[in-house]
Amino acid sequence: MPEIKNYTLNFGPQHPAAHGVLRLVLEMDGEVIERADPHIGLLHRATEKLAETKPYNQTIGYMDRLDYVSMMCNEHGYVLAIEKLLDIEIPERARYIRVMFDEITRILNHLMWIGTHALDVGAMTMFLYAFREREDLMDMYEAVSGARMHATYYRPGGVARDLPDAMPQYLESRWRSSKEAGRLNENRQGSLLDFAEDFVSRFPTYIDEYETLLTDNRIWKQRTVGIGVVSEERAYQLGFTGPMLRGSGVEWDLRKKQPYEVYDKIDFDIPVGTNGDCYDRYLVRVEEMRQSNSIIKQCIQWLRANPGIVISENHKVAPPRREQLKADMEGLIHHFKLFTEGYTLPEGEVYTSIEHPKGEFGVYLVSDGANKPYRLKIRAPGFAHLSSMNEMAQGHMLADVVAIIGTQDIVFGEIDR
Amino acid sequence: MSNPRQQLADALRAAFADRVDSVVVGFNEVTLEVAADNLVAVATELRDDAQFQFQQLLDVCGVDYSQFGRDEWLTEDASRSGFSRGVDAASAGRLQFGDELESLTPQGRRFAAVYHLISYAHNRRLRLRVFASDDDFPMVPTVTAIWASADWYEREAFDLFGILFSGHPDLRRILTDYGFVGHPFRKDFPMVGNVEMRYDPERERVVYEPVTIEARVLVPRVKRQDHRYLMDDQEEAQDDA
Repeated sequence: MPEIKNYTLNFGPQHPAAHGVLRLVLEMDGEVIERADPHIGLLHRATEKLAETKPYNQTIGYMDRLDYVSMMCNEHGYVLAIEKLLDIEIPERARYIRVMFDEITRILNHLMWIGTHALDVGAMTMFLYAFREREDLMDMYEAVSGARMHATYYRPGGVARDLPDAMPQYLESRWRSSKEAGRLNENRQGSLLDFAEDFVSRFPTYIDEYETLLTDNRIWKQRTVGIGVVSEERAYQLGFTGPMLRGSGVEWDLRKKQPYEVYDKIDFDIPVGTNGDCYDRYLVRVEEMRQSNSIIKQCIQWLRANPGIVISENHKVAPPRREQLKADMEGLIHHFKLFTEGYTLPEGEVYTSIEHPKGEFGVYLVSDGANKPYRLKIRAPGFAHLSSMNEMAQGHMLADVVAIIGTQDIVFGEIDR
Repeated sequence: MSNPRQQLADALRAAFADRVDSVVVGFNEVTLEVAADNLVAVATELRDDAQFQFQQLLDVCGVDYSQFGRDEWLTEDASRSGFSRGVDAASAGRLQFGDELESLTPQGRRFAAVYHLISYAHNRRLRLRVFASDDDFPMVPTVTAIWASADWYEREAFDLFGILFSGHPDLRRILTDYGFVGHPFRKDFPMVGNVEMRYDPERERVVYEPVTIEARVLVPRVKRQDHRYLMDDQEEAQDDA
């Protein structure tokens, strides 16, 4: 009788299912996980320390690079912290734009999640479908900020600029005939809002397509039902937030419970799971996409009817308009001071949190009255979720680890910071 | 009717009396300061007492207060000294290898662990701050037995600030490299780091060398009373309305 020993397996950091740079040291008994020890930090860029040496506004761009699949939501958390310390009012239109782009971001994030999660578990088609829709959403990012991912669009006091009246168009080229370009430009004839409206009218049928592929799929259910079960009590203990917490049956959403911006004026529901397994979290996130779609629709209606300014007129914080800068001495001074020295915040500390697509994204900002943060701490939801890996994976098979990484919606930009 | 934050603060004062150092309400948030010795007892009660029920620990954040309040450019003298004056001072952002920084805080007020708690039952938040009493050997008891999520957060605070959490089951570095020396988020740790690494083809291994890049910060750290004007503006706006 040969003696059977535990086997230590190294998973990642270069592994397609590790969602970036996760290194897992797995202690295995045959094919069953005895202990999982995630090693993180391979993408650590010390964002928080960098922020300490830069004026407040220069850090907004770093926020995009934290969770690089839900860029604007990160910015939102950071900008809210500054606004809370400054105690400034932001225009109503900017609030609606923020809510709209938060929800666009949520769909972007969930599409990335569903695509990679399904791909890891063996459904290739989902990945292609999800990226087809992400393309349109990124076009909206591009139209409004000029960048497809790292937008730096939210600013303390509002957003960088108003929604554009025209969408960028495809041009005819050697590899794209005029007929093909015309077809691509069909829904780009109007403003960004027209384009977004076209998208939200199409998107529910796309979600139906995803659900046709997955929800009753035998393989999908075999790989997700009963995998990584977390009870409500453990979910609290492990620091779960967002869809991970809701999947375990807790009805909690910061957009409803501690509303920020204009979420209290918008009609939407919170989906909640019952079993706390991967399948329930899947259902929760899919329903969240439908709800986000409806929120975007409501925002479009409001934004069409209510033109106005999109950034505070308080030029100690927000830059003056171009015309003011050229014609008015005050405007020039404000512009110069703002872009060289920045603004100072009152001494104090705040913690702001938003319902990020992955959970509660919190920013703890300590200010000593200077033009740079004294300490900035980012509470990334993925960090707490990944820390539960050992508990969730114990007793499962090796292949289930991949499903658990998928369901946790891990992105290393935010975990390593 | 006082506001809910004030009510929470009053309840905390009543429940803990002299076991907490201070209860402060600022920016609509409640901050509780506890001595390290009382932390575990107070935290357990915060979780289990029906009037608090802080079921979840959202975050543990290390803070190094040693440079709190220091700026690099005295704005009162601004007309007599240029902007470039800010570049000379050896302060947190632009330390070079070997530079030392003087702590501005008295002994025992340098390192703090800041805990953010949330109560789902009451829909409230609370901030808990614990100072480590010894600056050279900062030590705070662990709360992993009370909230399991503290595990990684305490490892992070240990890694970045060198705060030791006594009783922690597995206090290893988490974010920095294997074999990293120092605690990078301390204010006296240079922004550019201490060592560089590269692959040495002759020795056929990775070697560590002192940093060659220079710390460069373009905008000095400035303290102004700008927000003073901000408040005035708002009051005017309110008067107009």
